[in-house]
Amino acid sequence: MAAWTDISGIKERIAASSAEEVTASYLETIGKSRINGFTTVWDRALEVARGIDKDGSSGLLAGVPIAIKENISTAGLSTTCSSRILQGYVPPYDAHVIEKLKAAGAVILGKTNMDEFAMGTSTESSYYGPTLNPWDTGRVPGGSSGGSAAVVAAGEVPVSLGSDTGGSVRCPAAFCGVVGLKPTYGAVSRYGLISYANSLEQIGPMATTVTDIALLMDVIGGHDRRDSTSIKRENRYTDALKDDVKGLKIGVPEEYLGEGIDENVEKTVWDAIGKYEDMGASWKKVSLPHTKYALASYYIIAMSEASSNLARFDGTRYGLRVEGDNWHIMASKTRAQGFGEEVKRRILLGTYALSAGYHDKYYLKALKVRTLVKQDFDRALADVDVLMAPTMPTPAFKIGEKINDPLSLYLADVNTVPVNLAGVPSISVPCGFTGGLPVGLQIIGRHFDENTILRAAYSFEQNTGHHTKRPGEVA
Amino acid sequence: MVYDNPDGVRIGLEVHVQLNKLNTKLFCGCSTDYHDDEPNTHVCPVCLGLPGSLPVINEKAVDFAMKIGLALNCEIVGQTQFHRKNYYYPDLPKGFQTTQYDYPIASRGKVIIEGEDGERVIGVTRAHMEEDPGRLQHIGSIEKSKGTFINYNRSGMTLIEIVSDPDMRSPKEARRYLDKLRSILDYLDVFNGDLEGAMRVDANVSVFGGDRVEVKNISSFKGAERALLYEIMRQKNHIRRGGKIVLETRHFDEARGVTISMRTKEEEHDYRYFPEPDLVPMRVADRVPDILKTLPELPDAKRERFNSQYGIADMHARALTIQIKVADFYEEVALKADPKDAAVWVADILKGELNYRDLDVDAFRMEDIVEIISLVKQDRITEQSGVQIIRTILDEGGRPQDIVVSKGLLKVEDDIVAKAVEEAIAESPEAVTDYLAGKEKSLNFIVGKVMQKTKGRADAREAREKVLAGINK
Repeated sequence: MAAWTDISGIKERIAASSAEEVTASYLETIGKSRINGFTTVWDRALEVARGIDKDGSSGLLAGVPIAIKENISTAGLSTTCSSRILQGYVPPYDAHVIEKLKAAGAVILGKTNMDEFAMGTSTESSYYGPTLNPWDTGRVPGGSSGGSAAVVAAGEVPVSLGSDTGGSVRCPAAFCGVVGLKPTYGAVSRYGLISYANSLEQIGPMATTVTDIALLMDVIGGHDRRDSTSIKRENRYTDALKDDVKGLKIGVPEEYLGEGIDENVEKTVWDAIGKYEDMGASWKKVSLPHTKYALASYYIIAMSEASSNLARFDGTRYGLRVEGDNWHIMASKTRAQGFGEEVKRRILLGTYALSAGYHDKYYLKALKVRTLVKQDFDRALADVDVLMAPTMPTPAFKIGEKINDPLSLYLADVNTVPVNLAGVPSISVPCGFTGGLPVGLQIIGRHFDENTILRAAYSFEQNTGHHTKRPGEVA
Repeated sequence: MVYDNPDGVRIGLEVHVQLNKLNTKLFCGCSTDYHDDEPNTHVCPVCLGLPGSLPVINEKAVDFAMKIGLALNCEIVGQTQFHRKNYYYPDLPKGFQTTQYDYPIASRGKVIIEGEDGERVIGVTRAHMEEDPGRLQHIGSIEKSKGTFINYNRSGMTLIEIVSDPDMRSPKEARRYLDKLRSILDYLDVFNGDLEGAMRVDANVSVFGGDRVEVKNISSFKGAERALLYEIMRQKNHIRRGGKIVLETRHFDEARGVTISMRTKEEEHDYRYFPEPDLVPMRVADRVPDILKTLPELPDAKRERFNSQYGIADMHARALTIQIKVADFYEEVALKADPKDAAVWVADILKGELNYRDLDVDAFRMEDIVEIISLVKQDRITEQSGVQIIRTILDEGGRPQDIVVSKGLLKVEDDIVAKAVEEAIAESPEAVTDYLAGKEKSLNFIVGKVMQKTKGRADAREAREKVLAGINK
């Protein structure tokens, strides 16, 4: 495994050599990768790095290599959502976050693997085959941003972008022992993010340190007039980087512990909360009473939106086309051969949930539950500053263990999806290990109060050593 | 007289109006001025529905929609809400159309038309905003086509769909409603109705209280009248033969003038409407007072004002206010000529000549009609000559003064007549003597000479009096 280097370390290396050399060394590491985290390596990466050396870019991320999830549009660089149906699609435009990254001098190394159309928790449903967890290559890296987490954990890139619809940044961050943030809905523009479930998802940064997460947020966050759901609100995320949790009030949702949660995972999380107590914070149990309905509500909303979002993939304009005698047959064949099993399942379930006669029973009811879940968070977070819980109920599971049992896969999202329904921000940080596998601590905050959860995460990092452990270093 | 609607006809119309006077499309910054340009040159990731693109509402489009709603006497919704209407078609790049569903921007309005038996109020159920799809162009006929081109220039254009209540009782009333709608939209200056596809009509029609049939693909008002006439006849014949009318959608074949069944109720789509997550509701209720201020005087109000301000006949006021351009033209003329004369000349004569030539009022200079009215008023030309001047201007060009000269249209002036009378008397001593001797008829000889000398332009009665006066002098 390659060494982990954070952004400040990268900048030192660039100062000592050049952006080109740093980029070249990462490309060399990627060339030897055994985890299938990258889907495409950008053939222009070195050229971009050379340009930065030449122009002496003063951007926040000048020369910093970064990897981008397969569902974020990059002009001239294949963006397929790890689906067969988008084979050959090269976007003619950059997503808002890509424009921001390029302006800040970041060097995009390539695109990373994911569950097809972000529909999964394991990155096994990718058209490109599964990504392996660097901590144990027999296990999944989590998903759906499994590639983005694994390449950071494997030292193939210092930072990456993922997207989080129901836990897709936080889950792989937890499974791969890295840091991942799901920003408040509306904090980061979704322009250019290929939609799975628009009302739930956000692009989020992944890195080895909280500092790097805040730095990335300073670059990609903020209003974009092309995304009507992005909010006009200024924030400096790096201002949050203070080692101080004295007086911080932590709520521990009782519904996020106990049944279904691996004992060792729970114990590791309690240890972390104990550490916070040592650091001057206080905690108490809180209740989010509608949690038990959140999963059902989430899947109905996500699948309903997906069934409509994915209607545009019909072989007419871009991507895969399977010819047929007329347009309808062509579109049907293209979709039949282009989409994988899980994607088809979700399109069908979403179509069903929105159909006349079932719309009120499923979709409308799910929206009502969503309101209740949101109220749960508002109520709890009126009383405490942050909520803490295990990100995932278990450590990374084995490849193939759950892929044929969709329900057990859906259940793994139980602690992450309520956050997306409510739209609040949440970060997963490494908080220890069980059986040699990383455990993630999830810290949830109020709407647009990323800075409080970043401060809590940063303080934890400053006072513990979990984030410094590399794959292979933990027995 | 009350119209008793013998066949129990009920007609409701759905009119799609393309707001082609907006500079940009409904959800992106693409220009709307594509009509003369190459296919797929006015497109971007948003209106092509490329993966990852997101819509942003065009606020001016919302203002236009509110303007239309208010002009149709509608209530305006508190905040905008868009839905997705899901169906597959190659002209629909996202696989759904972004439209308004249970919260249309405007609802419960009315339009007043000249019905079968006097003024009639047609209810407006709703007016909602939606995006136009692209256009398909088949190679060859639709049945035998070897392929289809898709032009997305139109994709994402703003449409307002205006849905009426089923309040019309005849194709004629439907036509009047469409004309009135067009008139109001012209007044609002929100669209250019002359551009292709600017107004598209779907009609719902039933007879004798039976199920309604929807007739689609009607591309002109004349077509709407024809389609309805045919469809009513078809339904009546079908019932007469013992058939039953079922809920269905039919296609109007403009070339053959018939409607053809497309699908029945069972085959109707389930559009799976749900709220568009990418657009946040926009509060618009607060803007109503400001929009109201921008509303121009509308046809009905203008007609009443013309009646009272100019004292002209209601028939004239109505004709003059259908088109805003004609109304403005008239008012300019009325400033410089007698308003009543102006009404006759513009509404009866000029409009008739323009319609006959399929021309717009723009084709005629305001000063020219003022001059013609003035020439007639001063008795320098006859009314018939005035009409002739209008025709000449429209067909050959030129200005009234020049045409009067070149066509010799001036009424003969007094001194010319006087001179002719003097000459005629001097040249006819015998006739004078005969007349004075009591032969009345010999006067005709002298008058005839006058007419000859003036090439018939003198008024014969006037010439006779002048001859008499000359002899008796």
